[in-house]
Amino acid sequence: MTISRRNFLKAAGAAGGVLLTGGAPAVRAAQVPQTSAGGIEFNGMLIDTTKCIGCRACEEACNEANHLPKPKGSFSSEAVFEETRDTSTGAFTVVNRFPNAKNPDQPIFVRKQCMHCNQPACASACLCRAMEKTKEAAVIYHKDRCMGCRYCMVACPFDIPKFEYGSPTPFVWKCIFCNERQKRGEQPACSEACPTGATLFGKKRDLLEIARTRIYTEPDKYVHKIYGEHEVGGTGWLFLMGAPEEKLGLKTNLPTTPYPELTSGFLYGVPLVFVLWPSLLIGLNYLIKDSKVSEKKEVSHDERD
Amino acid sequence: MTNGTDASAAGAEGKMSFRQVARETIRFVLSELKPKGKMLTPFNVVTGIIILSGLVMIAVRFAYGLGAVSNLSQNYPWGIWIGFDVVTGVAFAGGAYVLCFVVHILKVKKFEPILRVTVLNGFLAYVFYAGALLLDLGRPWNVINPIIGNAFGLSSVLFLVAWHFMLYMICEFLEFSPVVAQWLNWPRARRILEALTTGAVIFGITLSTLHQSGLGALFLLAPTKIHPLWYSGNIPVMFFVSSVFAGLSMVMIESFFTQKAFRDRIGHDLHAAHDGILLGLGKGAVGALFAYIFLKLIDFVHYKQWVYLDTPMGYWYLFEIVGFVFLPTALFLKAIRKRSAKLVQFTAFLTAAGVILNRLNVSVIGFKWYEPVRYYPSVMEIWITLAIISMELWVFRWVILRMPVFGEAHEVVEEKTAEDMEVVTWKASVL
Repeated sequence: MTISRRNFLKAAGAAGGVLLTGGAPAVRAAQVPQTSAGGIEFNGMLIDTTKCIGCRACEEACNEANHLPKPKGSFSSEAVFEETRDTSTGAFTVVNRFPNAKNPDQPIFVRKQCMHCNQPACASACLCRAMEKTKEAAVIYHKDRCMGCRYCMVACPFDIPKFEYGSPTPFVWKCIFCNERQKRGEQPACSEACPTGATLFGKKRDLLEIARTRIYTEPDKYVHKIYGEHEVGGTGWLFLMGAPEEKLGLKTNLPTTPYPELTSGFLYGVPLVFVLWPSLLIGLNYLIKDSKVSEKKEVSHDERD
Repeated sequence: MTNGTDASAAGAEGKMSFRQVARETIRFVLSELKPKGKMLTPFNVVTGIIILSGLVMIAVRFAYGLGAVSNLSQNYPWGIWIGFDVVTGVAFAGGAYVLCFVVHILKVKKFEPILRVTVLNGFLAYVFYAGALLLDLGRPWNVINPIIGNAFGLSSVLFLVAWHFMLYMICEFLEFSPVVAQWLNWPRARRILEALTTGAVIFGITLSTLHQSGLGALFLLAPTKIHPLWYSGNIPVMFFVSSVFAGLSMVMIESFFTQKAFRDRIGHDLHAAHDGILLGLGKGAVGALFAYIFLKLIDFVHYKQWVYLDTPMGYWYLFEIVGFVFLPTALFLKAIRKRSAKLVQFTAFLTAAGVILNRLNVSVIGFKWYEPVRYYPSVMEIWITLAIISMELWVFRWVILRMPVFGEAHEVVEEKTAEDMEVVTWKASVL
């Protein structure tokens, strides 16, 4: 899967059955916007996997801040690292442990939670705007609007939204970047709780500079890539990696295309079909009606139904 | 249609007050609600059991959540209720818009005898299979949110599909409504509704184009999750084109069963023209199949799909393409050349199986094919699906046995009272 192929997809999607020339967006420049439509600087989070010690303080803080059910084991237990965990309706962030090829005594810990994409697939998928990207960066969830169709789960490239299958009145749960805390001027609970600075909150533009500086100053320590800078059009959360992404449980095959663009071509075609189809059909209908009438007249002049 | 009877019927209606008409209609509908024919047939018993137990399972689903009856998981949010009931069911309902185009726009009289039953089938498919969507929604009572305007997700393909489902159901009901008016003996309403038909047809074809392709466009948002042999920027176009032969083959399959089950309801015209109609439908289907093969070929070259062919999913892909696209195309061609209606009908079954396979491959089988633990439907998911199909068949039969769906039906005259006889003669004369 390459970029050029994706751009073809957009063009072909625009066809939508008819419009072979439907506006294919130009190849996206490498520059990813760091501000929202309103001109507000996006907030972001920088995760430095080399700094994370796997203390799970972020998990505990997240659990408290979001009033989630307490897990069975204690948050200080390391037994959970035996297997790779996924986020769930009761845990919006989880820390996983991965072996370190460079230094086997120092495993790498990687957090998993919503990436808060600049242009989120879930929000573009949602037909009732239950998933919404705020101007500040958070992708939040409006419980009252959701109809539980789970299209956000199908669309999310990181498989983050989680659905309550065991409930007759289910919701979809995921990290909401502590949106309420951000509005109050506080930082999210997890970054506040992080003792090592492995989770760092700030303006995304600043975080990118910090991340680059770290890579330049310690080129042997990091993979020379900021995960999330370009993936799916850029994400609010950025990862500095101590090992290649495929070794850290991060999705590897993601396009750099923002996901809403995958369907925008098709959606642009909709109004055109709505204008063209009826006019063509009405025209065709009249044309054939007329030709049938003249056929009849030719056959017999006075024979009328 | 002779003007005399029509006018006298209208005159009779004019003499009756509105209240009288309403009372008559209610009495008539109530009498029609009673079952006709034998109750304890094998079909009734089997489908009856499926429906009743299915309703219990649906109750469990609403009491304890989706997890209680389905195998859906965080990794597989959509199962066969979406992949089969909705995505495949709607493709099969495509016959209605195709035939409406042929009969109402192109004015091909040949297919008129099967138009009503096809529209009825399409309408019921939307009601039941798109209706099955409500079972799959976690919070179905919020389904009105994108309709009433407190939350318009304008960037969502699903928003488009949802609106189109709703509008198209209205269109199809309008297209079918003259038959209902005829059944209720409302000649004036029938004339008004018939005048609306062309508009409904044009709007319906537009909506169908968009939501048939829209169902495919839903999957554009999962480029990394759908197997590269099925993921394509052309999914919307392929879904639209395949809905043409899916719909047409469903019309042929449906006629195979109705010819057997409702022999006495089918008019002389349809009996006589049946083979010719089937061959015509086969020609339509083979045209769409060629277009589809062409689209598949473009994808094959553009996405360099041959690199995946020598894998298990590749063999599965070849199975679908060779067995259920190429083979039906060849068989349709052979049937048309030999003018064999039987072979056309057989090929229709093959084509329909191929459409099921394709829709499931995109939405379920090829979705996250890389996961170690795969989704497969639970017994209850399949059971509820069967219950929905059974319910649809019951409603379909109810309508067929009462409304003049098949044109000039042989009425069972002996059992009718004198009063009913009048209705029968009137109905016959209208036709």
